[in-house]
Amino acid sequence: MKLPVPAFLVAALFLAACAPQTSTNSASDKDDRHGTLRVWLFQEVGNEPKQKVVDSVVAGFEKAHQGTRVDVEYIPVDTRAQRVKAAFNDPGSAPDVMEYGNTDTAGYVHDGGLLDVTREFGAWPAAKDTDPTAKQSVTVAGKVYGAPFYVGVRALYYRTDVFRELGLKPPATLAEVASTARRIRAARPDLYGLVVGGAYTYGAMPFIWADGGELATAVGGSYTSAIDSAAARKGIKQYTSLFGDDNCPAAKCAGFGGNDTVTAFAAGKAGMAIGGDFSHAAVEAGAVKGKYAVVPLPGVTAGSIAPAFAGGNNIGVLKSTTHRTLAVRLMEELTSKKTQASMFDAMGFLPTFTDVREQVAAKEPFVKPFVATLAAGARFVPASAGWSAIDSSLVLPTMFQEVISGKKDVAGASEEAAKKMDSAFGAAG
Amino acid sequence: MTPTGVGAAVPSRVRVRRGLSRPRGGSRKYDAAPRPFGGAGWHPWLYLAPALVILGGLLLYPIYQLGLISVFRYTQAQVSGGEPTAFVGVDNYADVFGDEQFWSVLLATVLFAAACVVSTLAVGCALAVLLTRVRALPRLVLMLAALGAWATPAVTGSTVWLFLFDPDFGPVNRVLGLGDHSWTYGRYSAFLLVLLEVVWCSFPFVMVTVYAGIRAVPSEVLEAAALDGASPWRVWRSVLAPMLRPVLTVVTIQSVIWDFKVFTQIYVMTGGGGIAGQNLVLNVYAYQQAFASSQYGLGAAIGVVTLLVLLAVTLVYLRLLRRQGEEL
Repeated sequence: MKLPVPAFLVAALFLAACAPQTSTNSASDKDDRHGTLRVWLFQEVGNEPKQKVVDSVVAGFEKAHQGTRVDVEYIPVDTRAQRVKAAFNDPGSAPDVMEYGNTDTAGYVHDGGLLDVTREFGAWPAAKDTDPTAKQSVTVAGKVYGAPFYVGVRALYYRTDVFRELGLKPPATLAEVASTARRIRAARPDLYGLVVGGAYTYGAMPFIWADGGELATAVGGSYTSAIDSAAARKGIKQYTSLFGDDNCPAAKCAGFGGNDTVTAFAAGKAGMAIGGDFSHAAVEAGAVKGKYAVVPLPGVTAGSIAPAFAGGNNIGVLKSTTHRTLAVRLMEELTSKKTQASMFDAMGFLPTFTDVREQVAAKEPFVKPFVATLAAGARFVPASAGWSAIDSSLVLPTMFQEVISGKKDVAGASEEAAKKMDSAFGAAG
Repeated sequence: MTPTGVGAAVPSRVRVRRGLSRPRGGSRKYDAAPRPFGGAGWHPWLYLAPALVILGGLLLYPIYQLGLISVFRYTQAQVSGGEPTAFVGVDNYADVFGDEQFWSVLLATVLFAAACVVSTLAVGCALAVLLTRVRALPRLVLMLAALGAWATPAVTGSTVWLFLFDPDFGPVNRVLGLGDHSWTYGRYSAFLLVLLEVVWCSFPFVMVTVYAGIRAVPSEVLEAAALDGASPWRVWRSVLAPMLRPVLTVVTIQSVIWDFKVFTQIYVMTGGGGIAGQNLVLNVYAYQQAFASSQYGLGAAIGVVTLLVLLAVTLVYLRLLRRQGEEL
């Protein structure tokens, strides 16, 4: 065979499919009643207690279902995006059951990776006690794609020693948060009053929601940005006015993300911070151990609580599973009330069932402000695949930073952000 | 009939090579060597085939795929079979070109890369000349320091650099007495900081390559220049630079390509593009707009644009060199 090379190359180009490759990741119609179930869970920092709880759930499950083996793998959180994409692309190496971050739900559903378990979830007796916001985080367009595993929520950390020294009381309204922050900064210029971050989207959202604003409103099956509404603008203004030499100098704080603010607070460089229940360990390990307390972030009126973002993880079943019934049952076991209660004891993960949450709050006073925040009604990001594009192209941090650095006013920055959000929602369909 | 022209033409074809030990690349106008191509048919292709197949597989096929993906609506949903793949023609390109941010990012990238290339070459060449003029021990120390910078992974280098300039804990502010001045807040100061890091981690390549080039220059040439009383700048300008032209061309093109594609330094040092995206360069922009949210079609379109820009810059540069009458 002596094909002239140019001709050979041209032939090769034509032989390659004329469209890019696509996986045949379709719903499997098999439903084996035994065999091996593969499970992917996140590898936490200090994973051992989590593993112990999971092991006992798995042992019970294997005992109850003869001929079934459960193979649990802990995947690193940093590289989960690649792992999950690979699993969606190659059903052969995909797990049956998987833990995932709740802001990823809509994206994974859009990718065609998660199984619709609306019917099973509805028939599950425990489901009626699921916190509505947590349920919202597994729901896309009215269908349920998993079970909530735990929730994470943010509240206001403050320095008890600084407050005592300056004769301050924990703020009762958002306006008081700002004035208290300025008083701290004025009296103690070495501290940020309330440490905030231009890239700390989840810390900023409560300000938007407290003023009655929304990130986006659902219209039919899609979303329209509401970030440029009058109420949202008020919240943006309130948040961005915290950046300045009288609280948190823009030159430093504009670039901060959530971790930076928690680090600053833990290092004793701030009078207040907006941190999560999951930040507890980091703050405890810092210089402020024993010198801080937590209250819910107040809302606009005294006694109200600013709606917080309900983060957390869910457990779902992959569409490609060949053990549908078993996989759904295992998902229910891994997110049951009993498992969530033990998971709280082991890892401090807040349960997604309101009754279980109240029980653990009675045992552990630290979580009380967080449970109160959740009880007051937490919010969730738009359940659209467009959200992941909005998130990764930093639409909201850019908006805040434009205002903070004085490049644009609130109206101009929010209008542009709304435009970008709408185009992302539109692209996601 | 006397063959007038012919006899006169012959002496002019003999070129006198003054002072150059390296044979000059033949200029096509004069060399009349028989070309191997022409009537020989497919034979040369046969011998070239293994190399061409490998080059085709490793270079052309990925570029072909890149181009192909760029004309499809191709996101994670299409890859994993959640939605059918759809041909969208130039829609992805229209998206890219229609985004005004793309143009400002492109401009910033070109200017930033140009500044990086110039600074890297200046520092690299200056230190290469310095290397030839110092004793063995300082030379060894300088070499080791440069190799250390070269060997440092970009993420580590950027993080350390960032720490040096940290407003709260960084030694630079303390030494300069700048208090808690933030280097990454202003657009130009952030770019300057990244430029310093880029120069720091890429000058060793230029330095070592140019140093090797200088070593290959016959010492009698330099000696002659010294005897004529040429200053170091004059020696560089009139003797070394022209003789090192091929080396300089290679390091320049390398630097252009590297600095145009800089990602890690910007991503790490400015926290993914700086305050409100003021420090975005093309690669980070592509990552944020496209790859981080799995919009591969859009990302591929930006990739194709980057490829074409780089190709254009390189060709223009080579063209300019030829204009100046020098062979590479």
